[in-house]
Amino acid sequence: MENTVLKIENFSASFGDNRILKDINLTVPRNVVAALMGPSGCGKTTLIRCVNRMHELIPGATVSGRMTLIDEDIYAMQPIILRRKVGMVFQKPNPFPTMSIYENVIAGYKLNGIRIPKPELDNIVEQSLKKSALWDEVKDALHRKGTFLSGGQQQRLCIARALAMNPEIMLLDEPTSALDPKSTSQIEELFVELKKNVTMLLVTHNIAQAARVSDVTAFIYLGELIEFGPTEKMFTVPKDKRTEEYLTGKFG
Amino acid sequence: MTGNHVKRRLAEDIFFKGMVCLFAFISLLPLFLILYYITKNGIAVIDWDFLTSLPRPIGEAGGGVFNAIVGTLMLIILSGVISIPCGIAAGIYLSENKAGKLASGIRLSVVVLQGTPSIVIGIIAYIWIVAPLKTFSALSGGIALSIMMLPVIVKTTEETLKLIPYHLKEASLALGVPYYRTILKVILPSGISGILTGILLSVARITGETAPLLFTAFGNQFMNINIFKPIDSLPYRIFYYAMSPYPEWHSFAWGASFILVVLTLVLNLIARGISVKWKTRF
Amino acid sequence: MSGTVSNTFQDDMDTQGKSIPGSTDRSEKRFRFILALCGSLIVLLLLAILVTLLVTALPSIKEFGLFFFIGKVWDATTETFGALPFLVGTLFTSFLALLISIPFSLAISIFLGEYFKEGAISGFLRSAVEILAGIPSVIYGLWGLFLLMPAVRFIEMKIGVAPHGVGILTSSLILSIMIIPFSASLGREVITLVPGDLKEAAYSLGATRFEVIKNIVIPYARSGLTAGILLALGRAIGETMAVTMLIGNSNFLPTGIFSPANTMASVIANEFAEATGVTAASLIYIALVLFFVTMIVNIAGTYVIHKLSIESSKEVS
Repeated sequence: MENTVLKIENFSASFGDNRILKDINLTVPRNVVAALMGPSGCGKTTLIRCVNRMHELIPGATVSGRMTLIDEDIYAMQPIILRRKVGMVFQKPNPFPTMSIYENVIAGYKLNGIRIPKPELDNIVEQSLKKSALWDEVKDALHRKGTFLSGGQQQRLCIARALAMNPEIMLLDEPTSALDPKSTSQIEELFVELKKNVTMLLVTHNIAQAARVSDVTAFIYLGELIEFGPTEKMFTVPKDKRTEEYLTGKFG
Repeated sequence: MTGNHVKRRLAEDIFFKGMVCLFAFISLLPLFLILYYITKNGIAVIDWDFLTSLPRPIGEAGGGVFNAIVGTLMLIILSGVISIPCGIAAGIYLSENKAGKLASGIRLSVVVLQGTPSIVIGIIAYIWIVAPLKTFSALSGGIALSIMMLPVIVKTTEETLKLIPYHLKEASLALGVPYYRTILKVILPSGISGILTGILLSVARITGETAPLLFTAFGNQFMNINIFKPIDSLPYRIFYYAMSPYPEWHSFAWGASFILVVLTLVLNLIARGISVKWKTRF
Repeated sequence: MSGTVSNTFQDDMDTQGKSIPGSTDRSEKRFRFILALCGSLIVLLLLAILVTLLVTALPSIKEFGLFFFIGKVWDATTETFGALPFLVGTLFTSFLALLISIPFSLAISIFLGEYFKEGAISGFLRSAVEILAGIPSVIYGLWGLFLLMPAVRFIEMKIGVAPHGVGILTSSLILSIMIIPFSASLGREVITLVPGDLKEAAYSLGATRFEVIKNIVIPYARSGLTAGILLALGRAIGETMAVTMLIGNSNFLPTGIFSPANTMASVIANEFAEATGVTAASLIYIALVLFFVTMIVNIAGTYVIHKLSIESSKEVS
């Protein structure tokens, strides 16, 4: 148990009568990048949105089964408390347009009304921006608006914003799909660096990306978890025929 | 034969364009005449004394509209205090609940309220406030004007907030920020320029309203800052002076009009400036 | 640790009765409640206005019933109240104003929506129209008193009718100026919405610009232009101050376009402050009618616009 961050047991999710996820079982160990891959519409995004309970913001959403974050039942927690422990980075970079870069990084504290002395905040901002490899580029412009940055920089700012809360796990929802190749590779390198400190759950439709950055991979197809295991193993000797077909580009 | 036909059609085309331009610019004629009259007749009477003294009885020279200016400002503040919080909250409700019975009920009410003639709202404020208190009052005028402001604020707030991308809300919620803080600290600040513009435009709209004040704020030739007593206002003063038989008072009406028009134009200009300059980049 | 939690949100949805479940946070519920309360307040406000008008007009409604609408006599001393002169006055001034304003507002719409979509002239015209919309009613009245009234009086003397100066024509003229901005701005919007490929198809057949406007643009934008006219009509019917100052305050049935009269709004403005008893109730009865008429006109106009925006969004997708 010590080494497990996230444990998903018999988990299903639906919108109304439409079952998106069926009996998912998954265990994510500490300090890895776990990739969730599968064709679009397979339910991988829904799965990570269930981890921080964003799924239920959509009318008609229901779930059943069990999810635990370091032995704590996710669906017994206050969503607000849960979400502070789970960082999320979205497809499209979404820094807060009314806030400066500095304010964006500490947005989790500021918006939650958590008061912290200024020197400590300065430290959080610096550390988070360093971790997200953005510090050198923005250290002289901390009080400019975050929306003036390039797309890749904005996404790294959003990563810093999530890191600033010291999350147990980071959910990455196709974080590079809106970015150019150079920004993408920068962010991929960042993930490899970041896993020393934080566990990451990465949703991607890009097989090559899963191969490049992840330690373990789950393949989801039509709402079912088809295969889950070490990335290297899955990519070389897939156990399931559907996984093999997906990896060789037969569908999706 | 065909040549003539084409020529006729081309001539028709040019004639039509000419007519469109002509009519479009003729409709501007009244605007220029009005602005010209207000400026010419208004500036002639405006001086320090006009701005800072009270109306005097007929026969005495001089006098001004100081109490009317103060009254108009008081009415703006009163109606703003009443309508702005409720209007913004209702606007947020509409942008957060796009469908639903209550939402469509509110939308319909906003449309009807916005189209309700101001004189009807004046009667309502009379029945609700003036009749029970047995006196005309600034309060009743403020309430009448706030009913006129309300739909404008609700509508602009809703329209502004609808344009704010959903992913900003998600970003905030994913940080564990409670819903009400997400709305108040992320969504509202992102839409602040639109909301402020709406407020200023609604203020500009009510600043010149006279009909709802006829039997509410009434008018008062003395200085008054008690909200339970009748109060003067610029539009009421213009009406009062314009309908009087005295040429001197007519010129005072022009002077007050000049102040009123400048006030509403400035409000409109600021509103437009804010909507351009403070626009949030997403 | 607790067991499975299927249907947690379902419970939440039931207690909240709203679309977004999942928050067990009490502050959120309270906040949503306050928002809904402020929203409901607007509906309640409208209902309260309606009920207030109905209840306070009741003495007059009981006394005169529907005869109120055909009674020609309005006399406070004998307490006989018929609103026909004001109904006629309102309809007369509003429709005359509409008639006068349509060529102008249509010209502005076409000018801004078709000929000069951007550029300095169009920016100038657009701001001018906006300013026109922002000038207070009472100032239109004042200006009408000192410019329009003498002009109309001059015409009346020339053609040999009683030179009142004030009356239906004067009021209609000022109203037409006041409502131009409303139909013009909506008209511009719908004309710019006309799809370019439709126009190009007509041009490619050799049509002139006038023919394109006449046969493609206007028919396509027809419902939007109608909506603009409806909203302008609603505005004209309810307009009070300028009309009150220029219509001549006469409670008799108007006999022609130069005749002094009263509209529903202006008779209230002129008489309500001193009215008591049945007189006040009858004036409120008029207000009630005014409220209903403008409500219907506005809802109709908004409905047309709403349908229009749904249609145009369908075409985009």
